Amino acid sequence: EDLRVDGRGCEDYRCAEVETDVVSNTSGSARVKLGHTDILVGVKAEMGTPKLEKPDEGYLEFFVDCSASATPEFEGRGGEELGSEIANTLYRVFSNKSSVDLKSLCINPGEHCWVLYVDVLLLECGGNLFDAVSIAVKAALFNTRIPKVRVLEDEEGSKEIELSDDPYDCIRLNVDDVPCIVTLSKIGYRHVVDATLQEEACSLASLLISVTSKGALTSMKKMGKGSLDPESIFEMMETGKRVGKSLHIALQKILDEEESLGTSRQKVGFLG
Amino acid sequence: MAAVSMRLPVARKVVEPSAPRGGEKHLVVPGDTITTDTGYMRGHGTYVEDEKLIASVAGAVERVNKLVCVRALQTRYNGEVGDIVVGRITEVQQKRWKVETNSRLDSVLLLSSMNLPGGELRRRSAEDELAMRDYLQEGDLISAEVQSVFSDGAVSLHTRSLKYGKLGQGVLVQVSPSLVKRQKTHFHDLPCGASVILGNNGFIWIYPTPEQKDEEAGGFTTNLEPVPLSDREVISRLRNCIVALVTQKFMLFDTSILYCYEASLPHQIKDILKPEVMEEIVLETRKRLLDLEG
Repeated sequence: EDLRVDGRGCEDYRCAEVETDVVSNTSGSARVKLGHTDILVGVKAEMGTPKLEKPDEGYLEFFVDCSASATPEFEGRGGEELGSEIANTLYRVFSNKSSVDLKSLCINPGEHCWVLYVDVLLLECGGNLFDAVSIAVKAALFNTRIPKVRVLEDEEGSKEIELSDDPYDCIRLNVDDVPCIVTLSKIGYRHVVDATLQEEACSLASLLISVTSKGALTSMKKMGKGSLDPESIFEMMETGKRVGKSLHIALQKILDEEESLGTSRQKVGFLG
Repeated sequence: MAAVSMRLPVARKVVEPSAPRGGEKHLVVPGDTITTDTGYMRGHGTYVEDEKLIASVAGAVERVNKLVCVRALQTRYNGEVGDIVVGRITEVQQKRWKVETNSRLDSVLLLSSMNLPGGELRRRSAEDELAMRDYLQEGDLISAEVQSVFSDGAVSLHTRSLKYGKLGQGVLVQVSPSLVKRQKTHFHDLPCGASVILGNNGFIWIYPTPEQKDEEAGGFTTNLEPVPLSDREVISRLRNCIVALVTQKFMLFDTSILYCYEASLPHQIKDILKPEVMEEIVLETRKRLLDLEG
């Protein structure tokens, strides 16, 4: 029987609201509301030096801030542990080469590259944080506009970087292969997707998998104090791949719809 | 097949207030001046500054002769004698249980106010004290009635009737206490197949209607048989309807919940929580209730 307390099936998500470009002084931003969970992501593109082992690639830096207004447990330094856990999970998810084309972020191999600082802010905690964070990060990366730069060589050989004058002349990231996290929580003998706070309190173990839009798994993590049978792990993985594919399709559809509205779109923001 | 629905956010519409009944309410926010007339006595929710009476909570002003007080719209539960509450046991102490009822202080359920199984009436002995944990443990849900209110606002509960006691399988919905309408009875057996306890403290308990009334149990034995799917669907639908009514700030009582349930029947249970479906069914409920009165 496929019935949860709020009438959803085991593989149904709550109704989600996605809006991009909500913060004006970032290169890209997105806000995702999944039931009572509210996440805000801002991406800032800054110039930095590439890492020594990968001189012709840019990189991403993640930082997660759990706002004290999300739940009372986050008061003071209570949210740091959860914040660093989410940030480490994001690093793992994006650690493989095919997620984001890092070579496109390179300006001058070995000297200059774009560093994307992705800042996540948890505004409200209503269960299923990891999924909402990954959806918001994907939407924000889709919305990111990095200015085009040209490298000019002087007569002495010193390089100068020129920013184009047109503020709309920018490069966009290809987010087709950016994975999204699907959390499967084990409650009793079944597993559910998109657990609310009450369902999370009842589940002893959960499996976090990150799935790309083509259904490929990029990383997997088990959380919780309970144990998982290897057979149920396989079942959860299959469910996660299926659900992940429909998640990507729905998200891409909404992002394309928002893009097509263009400048005439009414921005709802926070005071709508 | 997984169902993932995403949408773009829509700006909130300004809802027209329904026809005012019994005059306009004087609504204030903290810091609003209620009156500059010094002849009034200040009640709860007000304070005096510079000879002006200023509100300290957001709510409606109530005037009784010379007493002015502000009744807050969103507060913790303030106990009144005779209220029905649904609470969760947080602590088991020497001769009493501490119950969480969404109020400022934990409520108290004394051992002497609790029904013994079998309905026997006797003085509680030391063995009863030691066996307290067999009756109610931490985390159990109970329904009880308010016996008295202490001077600091803490509430003392009693379960001296066979209809109160430990609650078995069901769904708990937590809403604001000001949305539960005061009525003659708070235990309702809805015709759709489920029963509802509307606690005055905002805790609403939805459970499947028991087949036969167990007179001897006195509310201690919990029925742990699996609930059939049809009952669970009714309970889920009722739960979503209550959440929809609460989101639209509608008062909760048995008729409003029933009309909302009937208005939601054409939709799937999980669709009730979508914003547009919520507005539609609450609008229909409001219309039916106005027709009922008019």
